[in-house]
Amino acid sequence: MADKVVLLSSWASVFGLRVQIALAEKEVDYEFREEDLFDKSSLLLESNPVHKKVPVLIHNGKPVCESSVIIQYIDEVWTKGPSLLPKDPLQRANARFWTDFIGKTIYPCGSKIWRNKGDAQVQAAAKKELIGILKQLEGELGERPFFGGETLGYVDIALVPFSRWFYTYETFGRFSIEKECPKLMAWVRRCNDRESVSKVLPDPHKVYQRNCGLKKRLGLE
Amino acid sequence: MEQSPSCLKLFGSWASSYTHRVQLALKLKGLHFEYVEEDLTNKSPSLLLHNPVYKKVPVLLHLDRPIVESVIILQYIDETWTDHPIMPIDPHERAIARFWCHFADDKLGPAAGAVFGSSGEEQKAAVCQVHENLKLLEAELREGAFKGRRFFGGDKIGILDIVLGCGSYWLVVFDEVMEVKLVDPEAFPLFHAWLRDFEEQKEVNEIIPAIDRLLEYARGIRQLMLSLKDTTSSTTTTTATATTVATNSNNNVVIGSGTSV
Repeated sequence: MADKVVLLSSWASVFGLRVQIALAEKEVDYEFREEDLFDKSSLLLESNPVHKKVPVLIHNGKPVCESSVIIQYIDEVWTKGPSLLPKDPLQRANARFWTDFIGKTIYPCGSKIWRNKGDAQVQAAAKKELIGILKQLEGELGERPFFGGETLGYVDIALVPFSRWFYTYETFGRFSIEKECPKLMAWVRRCNDRESVSKVLPDPHKVYQRNCGLKKRLGLE
Repeated sequence: MEQSPSCLKLFGSWASSYTHRVQLALKLKGLHFEYVEEDLTNKSPSLLLHNPVYKKVPVLLHLDRPIVESVIILQYIDETWTDHPIMPIDPHERAIARFWCHFADDKLGPAAGAVFGSSGEEQKAAVCQVHENLKLLEAELREGAFKGRRFFGGDKIGILDIVLGCGSYWLVVFDEVMEVKLVDPEAFPLFHAWLRDFEEQKEVNEIIPAIDRLLEYARGIRQLMLSLKDTTSSTTTTTATATTVATNSNNNVVIGSGTSV
């Protein structure tokens, strides 16, 4: 029986994009269903009744929620092709640690920058915090081409979708991530050389336009 | 696998439910380890060295290499010592276990912390939030992913039992200290039964501190927070101060309002 894989997500969702990269890396065929986050489908609400959020992967009718959980699931189910997580338990622990760190820090911090409604102090503090987080990640990357070593891995997949939001953060925050974290931007460019990344990730300017529209819609201008 | 005591070292705190999780997993696996009690108001250089990002307990050292964050440590233990597995085998079951572990730490834990750190109307709202979270778990036990099971892990306790269980005893402590009703056996009969079964397990009994000690500890923190509230004018400052007091004293105990393990 052929696998039926459906991904409920939104084109600009960093968490959904992670899953899309993971599925591309594993060459898994799937149906992508765009969710309107202001008018969520009944399928989404049924599949993720706890959080009512994207992404949700539905594999042969069974939902899996939360991007980090989904990626580990993908890695454990589709075992042909590259492993997304390292084999060694200590390296796996390390990969989980940094993925968890990325999930907890960049999104809320970045939101404080672009969703800011005229509070310069909050925005400045968030900017400083974001640069600190990215520098910390740069330090963790070190001299390796990827966080996964020679190839893209779990942490790379977790982090790289945020690179399409950098233009949004930079424009609203008036700073340059290239200037602050050149090694990280070099890593972004290496990631972009992979088809699984370049074909999946959206144009940063499109993301920025979307965020401008969203900010207006939420009355945050 | 024979392990010398120096192979495994756990930095923890006696009242930290996150520390208890790791102690329980090590016990279930029959692993010997050296335990280092941390004074969370005066953290050791070793702790700060091994967990520079969060500076928190628990930290597990295995052959001098640190692993941090309790749920990550649990998975590390399970993947390194494969006897007596605590994670399910089936990938979908594993995904469900991981999902609810996140729920415990991102939703239930902070909600319980909010009950502890508040009073009056604010506390009533926080209690409602805990109830909403317990309702979701009750539903999963009644007709969802964990239907018909004695434990979340099946016949034996697994990772989710460890994560939820080491922490849920605080709900019972809070019920007594603050005269709230968090784990209502009528509203949440299955959750209540599960918690009772969990606490009766030999290994769990040996890990979790005596209820009297937990009650005394919680009462002390609560009194301190309320006295700070009386002497501080602004509500925002009070909440922040109360939270800081709770967090500094209990770092990683579910009482703190932090969401990280």
